[in-house]
Order: sequence, then structure tokens, then C-alpha cells
Amino acid sequence: MKVEKSCKIVHKTQMGDAVFMVLEAGDMVRTSYRNPGQFVHIRCGDSLLLRRPISVASCQEDYPSDLVTIVFEVRGAGTQWLAERKLGETLDVMGLLGNGFPVKPEGRYLLVGGGIGVPPLWGCAQRTSGKSTAILGFRSKDKAIMTDLFNEDCAKTLIATDDGSLGYHGFVDALVRQELEQDRNYDAVLACGPRPMLKNVARAAKEFGVPCFVSMEERMGCGVGACLVCACDMKDGSRKHVCKDGPVFDAEEVDWDA
Amino acid sequence: MPDRQELEQQLRSALEGAKAALEELVPTLRPAPVTPVDTSVTLAGMTMKNPVVVASGTFGFGREYGEFYDLSELGGICAKGLTLHRREGNPAPRIAETPMGILNSVGLQNPGVDAFIAEELPFLRQYDVKVIANISGNTPEEYGIMCEKLAGAGVDMIEVNISCPNVKAGGMAYGTRPELAAEVTRMAKSHAGSVPVMVKLSPNVTDITEIAKAVEGAGADALSLINTIRGMRVDVTTRRPILKMNTGGLSGPAVLPVAVRMVWEVANAVKLPILGMGGVSSGEDAAQFMLAGASAVAVGTACFADPFAPLKVRDGLAEIAAKQGLPAVSHLTGGVKPW
Repeated sequence: MKVEKSCKIVHKTQMGDAVFMVLEAGDMVRTSYRNPGQFVHIRCGDSLLLRRPISVASCQEDYPSDLVTIVFEVRGAGTQWLAERKLGETLDVMGLLGNGFPVKPEGRYLLVGGGIGVPPLWGCAQRTSGKSTAILGFRSKDKAIMTDLFNEDCAKTLIATDDGSLGYHGFVDALVRQELEQDRNYDAVLACGPRPMLKNVARAAKEFGVPCFVSMEERMGCGVGACLVCACDMKDGSRKHVCKDGPVFDAEEVDWDA
Repeated sequence: MPDRQELEQQLRSALEGAKAALEELVPTLRPAPVTPVDTSVTLAGMTMKNPVVVASGTFGFGREYGEFYDLSELGGICAKGLTLHRREGNPAPRIAETPMGILNSVGLQNPGVDAFIAEELPFLRQYDVKVIANISGNTPEEYGIMCEKLAGAGVDMIEVNISCPNVKAGGMAYGTRPELAAEVTRMAKSHAGSVPVMVKLSPNVTDITEIAKAVEGAGADALSLINTIRGMRVDVTTRRPILKMNTGGLSGPAVLPVAVRMVWEVANAVKLPILGMGGVSSGEDAAQFMLAGASAVAVGTACFADPFAPLKVRDGLAEIAAKQGLPAVSHLTGGVKPW
């Protein structure tokens, strides 16, 4: 049986524009962990009817209470409320929900993140214990987050910024092509970020014949697959749902022109 | 100095007095004796163990919330709206949050009536809960075909959606014109056999009682109301509506007073039993609907914030009935005392 849990905030740090939070989540990880890239659905105060889906950056079984790390940016009223919560306060959390990235511990992946899409890839890096490569894109140097964490958990970490203030001057898909030209022995490209980025990364992966999985975003309702609002258009004409069928999809199945 | 005997006497009588006062007080301190309130209700001949139904479109076919609690705890389940053929629904975004409400434009995404009967109904039948199938058609004939299939498959009730605001063909038109609403009702009734037919009314009309009367005249067994109220939200920066379909249906606590008013009006206009809904998220909300004339209530949008909302509504309702000394929750129905 799934449950909603009262989760205590046991760690909170501001990371540039993002908030890094660790939650004590009871047996949530033990009972519902599938793979990195799942999400939690958090109630953000009494005046907002909809919970906010936040991707899990990292999680671990622990006793007596499992730990779930989330990293989020303030985007609106819900995330603003969430960012104002203090250490020791509790949150009403449903999770872990959805299907994440199909990561095998023995695998080696090219992790590609853009902006606030970076956090869930950290779990993928941890799961493959130092074997994967990360390509992280940000608007500028001051928007860069978690780069030290990826440096620690990846064989190689490349940074791109839109304005060239840190690392490569340009978009991540150029770095993806560069990397795959040198080395296409990755089990898959795993990507999370804005839709145009995902589309370009998926195209690059396809050019090199490497499988690609993408984490999609859509305005969500129930978070469990009952209300059917978070529709994602598929190539076969069907509409799947980000919360239950995703958020991670095989890039080949997604209708990128929709 | 008073003598010892006198002092003892005074003390004893003071003690006696305190004891008597205490004995008088104790029963009032104890919680009122719990008299079990009968929570069962009957809607058009269909008896449910409690008056709480989950609203169509907010609960899928039960599988998802069935992972949170035993579906047998519910009175009934209105399954996700069905059409004759599979539909993929509208493009996203399909949801927008509003003050104490949400707008949706799902557009009847569903696997089709045959897939429901083959794959979903057997799942729901594992539970001790009434199963209400919700149907939408493009033509009166489609309603007839679906009713025949569902009656044959053995659902407990059929909810005829004449009011979904998201389907360009049909949908809205049936729910807003009395003669069309009556035509669809007659078609559904004549193909549903002994399965009761409940017609779901649209609030997007000038006078909801006109439609209610037309549907009653056409032989409906029950009414459910309200469906969502048409609304729109615009992103001021992009100047784009949030919903890809531009407009959608409003639900949630924001619509509750409108829904209660409409249930009250309809209850005064027709004799049919009513399933009331619109923003119910507590026992008190549900009691308002019942007092206004509903025999049962549906919980929908509240599930998104709290999957357990239907159970909390059920318990809250029983608590209210108990507090008011009612032997049964059903005694609330129609009990409003208008000025």
C-alpha cells in the first residue's frame, strides 16, 4: 500500500537559486524506490489545492528513517512556500512516484542535465559509482549548481554555460556530440532539462546510435495516474502520462514535434 | 477554637457536598455514548454502505488510489468517463490551478467502453463497492450502444454525462438543451435494462431546473450535479491561456457554493434522488449537499491534495450525524431550513 508521509526537514541549504533539502521519509525508499529519477509530490500549504512534483536528487535507505534529497528552484507560489520551510518542520509528502532512469549499477552512462534538470541525474551518478560522465548546462556561472557533487561521483564532469562564464560556451548538445565522437561506448544517454534541450540531446544520441532516456515535465494533478492531466504526446499518436508512465521515457517514443 | 467533633462534622459535610457535585459532573465529562450511526444510503434503488462516491475523472478506474487504501471503504466509484471508442484526449497543458480550484481540459481520454468491460470492471468487482460507469457519446445512438454493453457487463449504475464541456461534438449541447437532454436520457434508459440511469447535469446553463425536469420526464432514475463550470486562466506575461484548449472546467472548493445552490434548486424542482458534488473536501461540505437535498455526495478534486479525502468526508459526515443525534446519515437529506 502506498502512503502519504509526514517528512521532517533535516537539512536545508541554499545553493544559488536552488534549495537543497534532505527529508526523513520513514520507509518511503524501502517501499517505493525503483530507480533514480522518481519524484515526490509535496503539499505546499492549505491554500494551494495541487501538490508540487519535485524530482528526487538522491535517496537512501536508512534506519529508523530513509532519507530523500530534493533540490528545487522557486518557480511560483508552491515552491516559494516550500523554500520558506525551516529545518525541523514537517512536509506532507507522497512518494516515491513514477518511473525513473533505467540505470544498472554496472552500467556507464552519459548524464546530461540542464539547469534545474541537473539534480535527478546525481542519483544516476551515485548509482553507477563513479563510472558515468556528466555534462551539465547552466545559463551562467552563478546559476551553476551541484558541480562539486558531480565531480565527486562521476569519472568526468563537463560544464557548459549559455554565456561562456563557466566551461564550454554554448549548449550541452554540442558537448554531447563532442563526447560521443570520442567515446560512444555508453550504455545510454540520460537527460533531464528543458524540452528544447531534451529534443537536441535525443537527436545527438540518435546520430551516434546510443539509446537515450529523457525525463519529461508537464503540469500535474494527482501525481499517481488517476486524473490524466499530465499528458505527453507519443510518436504512435497515444498520450501517456508523465506521473505514472514517466517521468522518464525512451526518447524514441516521444513525439518531439508535438 | 471549634471543638474537634464540630470540625470533623464540617469536614465530612463538605466532602459529601463535593462528592455529590462531582457525581453530577462526571457524566457530562464522559464522551457522549457512541450510538452507531447508520451510514448507508440508497440512490435510485442502489444501496451503498456510505454516501461517499468518488467523482468520475478524478479517480481513474480505482487502481491508483487502491494502492493507498481498500476501495471497499468507499460507497461507490464513478469510473473515468467512457466513450464508445478509445480517445487520447486533449493536448497538454490540461490543468491550471486557480484560487481554491482547478481548471481541467483532459478531454475524455479513455480506453473505450469495451476495454473498460474487459480490463477494468473485473478489477473493480474485486471490491465491495458500487461501480458506476460514466459515459459520453457523440450521438444518442452511441449512448444507447454503451448502455447496452455496460448493462450486459453488470455495472451497478450508469451515469450519463451530457455535460462534459471539453468535447466539441455533442457534449455541451446535450446538457444545455432540454429536448436533447431528454432524447439522450430516453435512449440510455431504453438500452440500460434494469440498471439505473443517472444523468449528470451541467452547471453551464441559465436554469438548471429546466434540464432536470426534462431529464426526469424522460425517465431518468437519478441526477448527479454539478459537472465543472467553464473557466479560463491567462498567463499575463505570455498572454497565453494556461490550458492548451484555452478554456476548461473549474472544480474544487471554489465551486462548492454554486453546486450547493444548484442541488437545492433541483431538489425543489424534481422528485429524483440526487448525487451532489462540487468541491467537497470535508464532512461539513458533504452535509451541506445532503441538507440541500442530495442523497449521496461525490468527492473529486480533493483527492489530488489528499488521497484519503473520501474516507475523511465519510467519517466527518457520520460524526456530524452523531452529534446531531441522528440515527442515520440519510436523515440529513433535504433537511435544510430555508428562511
